[in-house]
Amino acid sequence: MSALLDQPLLWLVVTLGAYRLGLWLRDRTGAHPLAQPVLVAIVLVATLVVLTDVDYASYADDTALITFVLGPATVALAVPLHRQLARLRGFVLPLLTAVTAGAVVSVTAAVGLVRLLGGDELLARSMAPKATTTPVAIAVSDTLGGLPPLTAAVTITAGILGAVAGPSVLSLLRIHDHRARGLAVGSASHGIGTGRMIVDHPVEGAFSGLAMGLTALATSLVAPLLVALML
Amino acid sequence: MLTGLLWLLGCQLVGQLVVDATGVPVPGPVIGMVLLLVVLVVRDPPGDSPVHRTADAVLPHLQLLFVPAGVGIVAYAGVLRDDLVAVLVALVGSWFLGLAVVGLLADRLGRRTRVVDAPDPGRGP
Repeated sequence: MSALLDQPLLWLVVTLGAYRLGLWLRDRTGAHPLAQPVLVAIVLVATLVVLTDVDYASYADDTALITFVLGPATVALAVPLHRQLARLRGFVLPLLTAVTAGAVVSVTAAVGLVRLLGGDELLARSMAPKATTTPVAIAVSDTLGGLPPLTAAVTITAGILGAVAGPSVLSLLRIHDHRARGLAVGSASHGIGTGRMIVDHPVEGAFSGLAMGLTALATSLVAPLLVALML
Repeated sequence: MLTGLLWLLGCQLVGQLVVDATGVPVPGPVIGMVLLLVVLVVRDPPGDSPVHRTADAVLPHLQLLFVPAGVGIVAYAGVLRDDLVAVLVALVGSWFLGLAVVGLLADRLGRRTRVVDAPDPGRGP
Protein backbone atom coordinates (compact mmCIF):
# COMPACT_ATOMS: atom_id res chain seq x y z
CA MET A 1 0.00 0.00 0.00
CA SER A 2 2.71 2.45 0.97
CA ALA A 3 4.70 1.45 -2.17
CA LEU A 4 1.64 2.49 -4.20
CA LEU A 5 1.16 5.73 -2.25
CA ASP A 6 4.81 6.64 -2.87
CA GLN A 7 4.43 6.52 -6.66
CA PRO A 8 4.60 10.10 -8.04
CA LEU A 9 2.32 9.05 -10.92
CA LEU A 10 -0.42 7.75 -8.62
CA TRP A 11 -2.36 10.99 -8.14
CA LEU A 12 -2.08 11.95 -11.79
CA VAL A 13 -3.65 8.60 -12.74
CA VAL A 14 -6.29 8.90 -9.99
CA THR A 15 -7.23 12.45 -11.07
CA LEU A 16 -7.49 11.56 -14.77
CA GLY A 17 -9.42 8.39 -13.88
CA ALA A 18 -11.88 10.27 -11.67
CA TYR A 19 -12.46 12.85 -14.42
CA ARG A 20 -12.93 10.04 -16.97
CA LEU A 21 -15.52 8.53 -14.63
CA GLY A 22 -17.21 11.95 -14.46
CA LEU A 23 -17.38 12.05 -18.29
CA TRP A 24 -18.90 8.56 -18.32
CA LEU A 25 -21.45 9.59 -15.68
CA ARG A 26 -22.38 12.70 -17.70
CA ASP A 27 -23.02 10.61 -20.80
CA ARG A 28 -24.84 7.91 -18.86
CA THR A 29 -27.22 10.44 -17.25
CA GLY A 30 -27.93 12.29 -20.50
CA ALA A 31 -25.82 15.29 -19.37
CA HIS A 32 -27.59 15.78 -16.03
CA PRO A 33 -26.53 19.21 -14.65
CA LEU A 34 -25.17 17.65 -11.44
CA ALA A 35 -23.05 15.17 -13.42
CA GLN A 36 -20.36 17.78 -14.13
CA PRO A 37 -17.06 15.89 -14.57
CA VAL A 38 -15.23 18.57 -12.52
CA LEU A 39 -17.60 18.09 -9.56
CA VAL A 40 -17.53 14.29 -9.70
CA ALA A 41 -13.74 14.25 -9.96
CA ILE A 42 -13.18 16.75 -7.10
CA VAL A 43 -15.49 14.85 -4.73
CA LEU A 44 -13.89 11.49 -5.57
CA VAL A 45 -10.27 12.66 -5.43
CA ALA A 46 -10.79 14.80 -2.31
CA THR A 47 -12.34 11.80 -0.56
CA LEU A 48 -9.33 9.64 -1.49
CA VAL A 49 -6.88 12.36 -0.40
CA VAL A 50 -8.58 12.59 3.00
CA LEU A 51 -8.88 8.80 3.43
CA THR A 52 -5.21 8.16 2.60
CA ASP A 53 -4.15 11.10 4.78
CA VAL A 54 -2.10 12.62 1.94
CA ASP A 55 -0.85 16.18 2.36
CA TYR A 56 -2.60 18.56 -0.11
CA ALA A 57 0.70 20.23 -1.04
CA SER A 58 2.16 16.90 -2.15
CA TYR A 59 -1.03 16.09 -4.11
CA ALA A 60 -0.76 19.48 -5.83
CA ASP A 61 2.90 18.75 -6.67
CA ASP A 62 2.07 15.39 -8.22
CA THR A 63 -0.70 16.88 -10.40
CA ALA A 64 1.18 20.07 -11.38
CA LEU A 65 1.20 18.81 -14.99
CA ILE A 66 -2.60 19.15 -15.22
CA THR A 67 -2.62 22.61 -13.64
CA PHE A 68 0.15 23.73 -16.00
CA VAL A 69 -2.09 23.17 -19.06
CA LEU A 70 -4.49 25.87 -17.72
CA GLY A 71 -2.19 28.54 -19.22
CA PRO A 72 -2.14 27.35 -22.86
CA ALA A 73 -5.83 26.33 -22.57
CA THR A 74 -6.75 29.91 -21.60
CA VAL A 75 -4.82 31.19 -24.64
CA ALA A 76 -6.70 28.63 -26.78
CA LEU A 77 -10.02 30.34 -25.86
CA ALA A 78 -9.13 32.79 -28.66
CA VAL A 79 -10.06 30.08 -31.20
CA PRO A 80 -13.81 29.73 -30.39
CA LEU A 81 -13.92 33.50 -29.99
CA HIS A 82 -12.41 34.00 -33.45
CA ARG A 83 -15.04 31.67 -34.92
CA GLN A 84 -17.79 33.84 -33.37
CA LEU A 85 -16.27 37.22 -34.12
CA ALA A 86 -19.08 38.07 -36.57
CA ARG A 87 -21.56 37.83 -33.68
CA LEU A 88 -19.82 40.68 -31.88
CA ARG A 89 -21.13 43.18 -34.44
CA GLY A 90 -23.61 45.56 -32.80
CA PHE A 91 -23.00 43.84 -29.47
CA VAL A 92 -19.76 45.40 -28.20
CA LEU A 93 -21.36 48.16 -26.13
CA PRO A 94 -24.05 45.90 -24.57
CA LEU A 95 -21.31 43.37 -23.79
CA LEU A 96 -18.99 45.87 -22.11
CA THR A 97 -21.87 47.45 -20.15
CA ALA A 98 -23.15 44.08 -18.94
CA VAL A 99 -19.76 42.73 -17.89
CA THR A 100 -18.78 45.94 -16.07
CA ALA A 101 -22.12 46.10 -14.24
CA GLY A 102 -21.72 42.43 -13.40
CA ALA A 103 -18.29 42.96 -11.84
CA VAL A 104 -19.61 45.85 -9.70
CA VAL A 105 -22.72 43.93 -8.56
CA SER A 106 -20.75 40.76 -7.85
CA VAL A 107 -18.16 42.48 -5.62
CA THR A 108 -20.74 44.71 -3.87
CA ALA A 109 -23.12 41.81 -3.21
CA ALA A 110 -20.38 39.50 -1.92
CA VAL A 111 -19.03 42.13 0.52
CA GLY A 112 -22.51 43.34 1.52
CA LEU A 113 -23.96 39.88 2.12
CA VAL A 114 -20.99 38.64 4.16
CA ARG A 115 -21.19 41.68 6.44
CA LEU A 116 -24.98 41.42 6.71
CA LEU A 117 -24.69 37.78 7.78
CA GLY A 118 -22.16 38.57 10.50
CA GLY A 119 -18.97 37.61 8.69
CA ASP A 120 -15.88 39.65 9.53
CA GLU A 121 -13.96 42.04 7.28
CA LEU A 122 -11.29 39.47 6.45
CA LEU A 123 -13.98 37.16 5.09
CA ALA A 124 -15.54 39.99 3.05
CA ARG A 125 -12.17 40.95 1.56
CA SER A 126 -11.47 37.31 0.74
CA MET A 127 -14.81 36.81 -1.03
CA ALA A 128 -14.92 40.07 -3.01
CA PRO A 129 -13.06 38.81 -6.14
CA LYS A 130 -14.60 35.30 -6.23
CA ALA A 131 -16.20 35.70 -9.69
CA THR A 132 -12.85 36.02 -11.49
CA THR A 133 -10.49 33.31 -12.72
CA THR A 134 -8.54 31.81 -9.79
CA PRO A 135 -5.10 33.44 -10.35
CA VAL A 136 -6.72 36.91 -10.57
CA ALA A 137 -8.97 36.21 -7.56
CA ILE A 138 -5.92 35.28 -5.49
CA ALA A 139 -3.95 38.35 -6.61
CA VAL A 140 -6.89 40.74 -5.98
CA SER A 141 -7.60 39.14 -2.59
CA ASP A 142 -3.96 39.71 -1.66
CA THR A 143 -4.23 43.39 -2.68
CA LEU A 144 -7.44 43.79 -0.67
CA GLY A 145 -5.93 42.22 2.45
CA GLY A 146 -7.95 39.00 2.19
CA LEU A 147 -6.91 35.40 2.80
CA PRO A 148 -5.81 33.99 -0.61
CA PRO A 149 -6.34 30.25 0.18
CA LEU A 150 -9.89 31.04 1.35
CA THR A 151 -10.41 33.07 -1.84
CA ALA A 152 -9.25 30.10 -3.92
CA ALA A 153 -11.78 27.83 -2.19
CA VAL A 154 -14.80 30.16 -2.68
CA THR A 155 -13.71 30.98 -6.25
CA ILE A 156 -13.61 27.31 -7.25
CA THR A 157 -17.01 26.82 -5.58
CA ALA A 158 -18.49 29.74 -7.55
CA GLY A 159 -17.14 28.09 -10.71
CA ILE A 160 -18.70 24.72 -9.92
CA LEU A 161 -22.00 26.47 -9.09
CA GLY A 162 -22.00 28.00 -12.58
CA ALA A 163 -21.18 24.71 -14.29
CA VAL A 164 -23.94 22.92 -12.39
CA ALA A 165 -26.73 25.51 -12.16
CA GLY A 166 -25.82 28.41 -14.52
CA PRO A 167 -27.68 27.32 -17.68
CA SER A 168 -30.85 26.27 -15.77
CA VAL A 169 -30.98 29.55 -13.81
CA LEU A 170 -30.61 31.53 -17.05
CA SER A 171 -33.46 29.56 -18.63
CA LEU A 172 -35.62 30.28 -15.55
CA LEU A 173 -34.86 33.99 -16.08
CA ARG A 174 -35.95 33.52 -19.72
CA ILE A 175 -32.55 34.55 -21.09
CA HIS A 176 -32.25 32.74 -24.42
CA ASP A 177 -29.68 34.79 -26.40
CA HIS A 178 -26.69 32.44 -26.55
CA ARG A 179 -24.30 35.39 -26.33
CA ALA A 180 -25.96 36.69 -23.13
CA ARG A 181 -25.99 33.18 -21.60
CA GLY A 182 -22.28 32.69 -22.30
CA LEU A 183 -21.38 36.15 -20.98
CA ALA A 184 -23.38 35.60 -17.78
CA VAL A 185 -21.77 32.26 -16.91
CA GLY A 186 -18.25 33.44 -17.82
CA SER A 187 -18.75 36.57 -15.67
CA ALA A 188 -20.05 34.74 -12.61
CA SER A 189 -18.17 31.43 -12.87
CA HIS A 190 -14.91 31.99 -14.85
CA GLY A 191 -13.10 29.00 -16.39
CA ILE A 192 -15.06 26.21 -14.72
CA GLY A 193 -18.36 27.63 -15.99
CA THR A 194 -16.74 28.19 -19.40
CA GLY A 195 -15.72 24.51 -19.36
CA ARG A 196 -19.39 23.55 -19.41
CA MET A 197 -20.55 26.19 -21.92
CA ILE A 198 -17.89 25.07 -24.43
CA VAL A 199 -19.35 21.57 -24.39
CA ASP A 200 -22.97 22.87 -24.50
CA HIS A 201 -22.89 25.38 -27.38
CA PRO A 202 -20.18 27.03 -29.55
CA VAL A 203 -21.53 30.60 -29.17
CA GLU A 204 -22.01 30.23 -25.39
CA GLY A 205 -18.48 28.83 -24.99
CA ALA A 206 -16.90 31.64 -27.00
CA PHE A 207 -18.69 34.44 -25.15
CA SER A 208 -18.10 32.76 -21.79
CA GLY A 209 -14.35 32.69 -22.41
CA LEU A 210 -14.42 36.35 -23.46
CA ALA A 211 -16.44 37.33 -20.36
CA MET A 212 -13.94 35.51 -18.16
CA GLY A 213 -11.09 37.66 -19.49
CA LEU A 214 -13.04 40.94 -19.31
CA THR A 215 -14.33 40.21 -15.79
CA ALA A 216 -10.77 39.59 -14.61
CA LEU A 217 -9.79 43.04 -15.90
CA ALA A 218 -12.93 44.85 -14.62
CA THR A 219 -12.78 43.26 -11.16
CA SER A 220 -9.12 44.02 -10.58
CA LEU A 221 -9.88 47.66 -11.46
CA VAL A 222 -13.13 48.19 -9.46
CA ALA A 223 -12.73 45.84 -6.47
CA PRO A 224 -10.15 47.93 -4.55
CA LEU A 225 -12.35 51.03 -4.96
CA LEU A 226 -15.61 49.30 -3.96
CA VAL A 227 -14.08 47.55 -0.96
CA ALA A 228 -12.54 50.83 0.25
CA LEU A 229 -15.98 52.46 0.02
CA MET A 230 -17.79 49.63 1.82
CA LEU A 231 -15.39 48.59 4.59
CA MET B 1 -0.31 19.47 -32.77
CA LEU B 2 3.26 20.57 -32.04
CA THR B 3 2.87 23.71 -34.16
CA GLY B 4 -0.43 24.48 -32.43
CA LEU B 5 1.10 24.01 -28.99
CA LEU B 6 3.99 26.25 -29.99
CA TRP B 7 1.55 29.06 -30.91
CA LEU B 8 -0.35 28.67 -27.61
CA LEU B 9 2.76 28.59 -25.42
CA GLY B 10 4.40 31.36 -27.47
CA CYS B 11 1.40 33.68 -26.95
CA GLN B 12 1.35 32.79 -23.25
CA LEU B 13 5.06 33.62 -22.96
CA VAL B 14 4.64 37.00 -24.68
CA GLY B 15 1.52 37.66 -22.53
CA GLN B 16 3.53 36.93 -19.40
CA LEU B 17 6.32 39.27 -20.55
CA VAL B 18 3.75 42.03 -21.20
CA VAL B 19 2.28 41.54 -17.70
CA ASP B 20 5.74 41.62 -16.07
CA ALA B 21 6.75 44.74 -18.00
CA THR B 22 3.53 46.79 -17.58
CA GLY B 23 2.01 45.41 -14.38
CA VAL B 24 -1.50 45.19 -15.90
CA PRO B 25 -3.68 43.41 -13.33
CA VAL B 26 -4.64 40.37 -15.46
CA PRO B 27 -2.93 36.98 -15.85
CA GLY B 28 -0.40 36.42 -18.67
CA PRO B 29 -2.55 33.74 -20.38
CA VAL B 30 -5.47 36.21 -20.70
CA ILE B 31 -3.18 38.69 -22.50
CA GLY B 32 -1.99 35.68 -24.54
CA MET B 33 -5.62 34.98 -25.50
CA VAL B 34 -6.01 38.52 -26.85
CA LEU B 35 -2.69 38.18 -28.72
CA LEU B 36 -3.73 34.89 -30.34
CA LEU B 37 -7.06 36.44 -31.35
CA VAL B 38 -5.17 39.25 -33.11
CA VAL B 39 -2.93 36.66 -34.82
CA LEU B 40 -5.99 34.69 -35.99
CA VAL B 41 -7.69 37.81 -37.32
CA VAL B 42 -4.56 38.95 -39.18
CA ARG B 43 -3.51 35.56 -40.61
CA ASP B 44 -7.02 34.08 -40.99
CA PRO B 45 -5.83 30.43 -41.12
CA PRO B 46 -8.16 27.65 -42.40
CA GLY B 47 -10.51 26.06 -39.86
CA ASP B 48 -8.36 22.93 -39.55
CA SER B 49 -5.04 24.73 -38.94
CA PRO B 50 -2.74 23.33 -36.19
CA VAL B 51 -3.89 26.01 -33.72
CA HIS B 52 -7.55 25.15 -34.33
CA ARG B 53 -6.93 21.41 -33.94
CA THR B 54 -4.92 21.87 -30.72
CA ALA B 55 -7.60 24.17 -29.24
CA ASP B 56 -10.37 21.76 -30.23
CA ALA B 57 -8.48 18.91 -28.54
CA VAL B 58 -7.82 20.78 -25.26
CA LEU B 59 -10.90 22.97 -24.70
CA PRO B 60 -13.55 20.22 -24.34
CA HIS B 61 -11.56 19.10 -21.28
CA LEU B 62 -11.16 22.55 -19.70
CA GLN B 63 -12.98 21.31 -16.56
CA LEU B 64 -10.28 18.68 -15.93
CA LEU B 65 -7.65 21.39 -15.46
CA PHE B 66 -9.48 22.74 -12.38
CA VAL B 67 -9.68 19.44 -10.52
CA PRO B 68 -6.35 19.78 -8.61
CA ALA B 69 -7.31 23.32 -7.45
CA GLY B 70 -10.77 22.08 -6.49
CA VAL B 71 -9.33 19.30 -4.35
CA GLY B 72 -7.63 22.12 -2.43
CA ILE B 73 -11.02 23.19 -1.03
CA VAL B 74 -10.74 20.21 1.33
CA ALA B 75 -7.39 21.41 2.63
CA TYR B 76 -8.86 24.80 3.59
CA ALA B 77 -12.35 23.68 4.64
CA GLY B 78 -11.30 23.97 8.30
CA VAL B 79 -10.85 27.75 8.01
CA LEU B 80 -14.49 28.12 6.97
CA ARG B 81 -16.15 26.08 9.73
CA ASP B 82 -17.26 29.02 11.91
CA ASP B 83 -18.63 31.11 9.07
CA LEU B 84 -19.91 28.34 6.83
CA VAL B 85 -23.51 29.62 6.63
CA ALA B 86 -22.48 33.24 5.98
CA VAL B 87 -20.02 32.14 3.30
CA LEU B 88 -22.47 29.85 1.54
CA VAL B 89 -25.38 32.32 1.52
CA ALA B 90 -23.15 35.22 0.40
CA LEU B 91 -21.54 33.03 -2.24
CA VAL B 92 -24.79 31.78 -3.75
CA GLY B 93 -26.50 35.18 -3.41
CA SER B 94 -23.75 37.25 -5.02
CA TRP B 95 -23.18 34.58 -7.69
CA PHE B 96 -26.87 34.70 -8.61
CA LEU B 97 -27.00 38.52 -8.68
CA GLY B 98 -23.88 38.73 -10.86
CA LEU B 99 -25.19 36.09 -13.27
CA ALA B 100 -28.65 37.66 -13.50
CA VAL B 101 -27.39 41.24 -14.02
CA VAL B 102 -24.99 40.26 -16.82
CA GLY B 103 -27.50 37.92 -18.47
CA LEU B 104 -30.46 40.32 -18.34
CA LEU B 105 -28.47 43.41 -19.39
CA ALA B 106 -26.76 41.64 -22.30
CA ASP B 107 -30.04 40.02 -23.39
CA ARG B 108 -32.04 43.28 -23.35
CA LEU B 109 -29.31 45.61 -24.68
CA GLY B 110 -28.43 43.16 -27.48
CA ARG B 111 -32.06 42.65 -28.50
CA ARG B 112 -31.43 43.85 -32.08
CA THR B 113 -28.82 41.21 -32.95
CA ARG B 114 -30.07 38.35 -30.78
CA VAL B 115 -28.62 34.86 -31.36
CA VAL B 116 -31.26 32.39 -30.19
CA ASP B 117 -31.09 29.42 -32.56
CA ALA B 118 -28.52 26.63 -32.45
CA PRO B 119 -26.43 27.68 -35.47
CA ASP B 120 -23.34 26.01 -36.85
CA PRO B 121 -20.25 28.01 -35.93
CA GLY B 122 -18.95 30.47 -38.51
CA ARG B 123 -22.23 31.32 -40.19
CA GLY B 124 -23.42 34.93 -39.78
CA PRO B 125 -26.42 35.76 -37.58
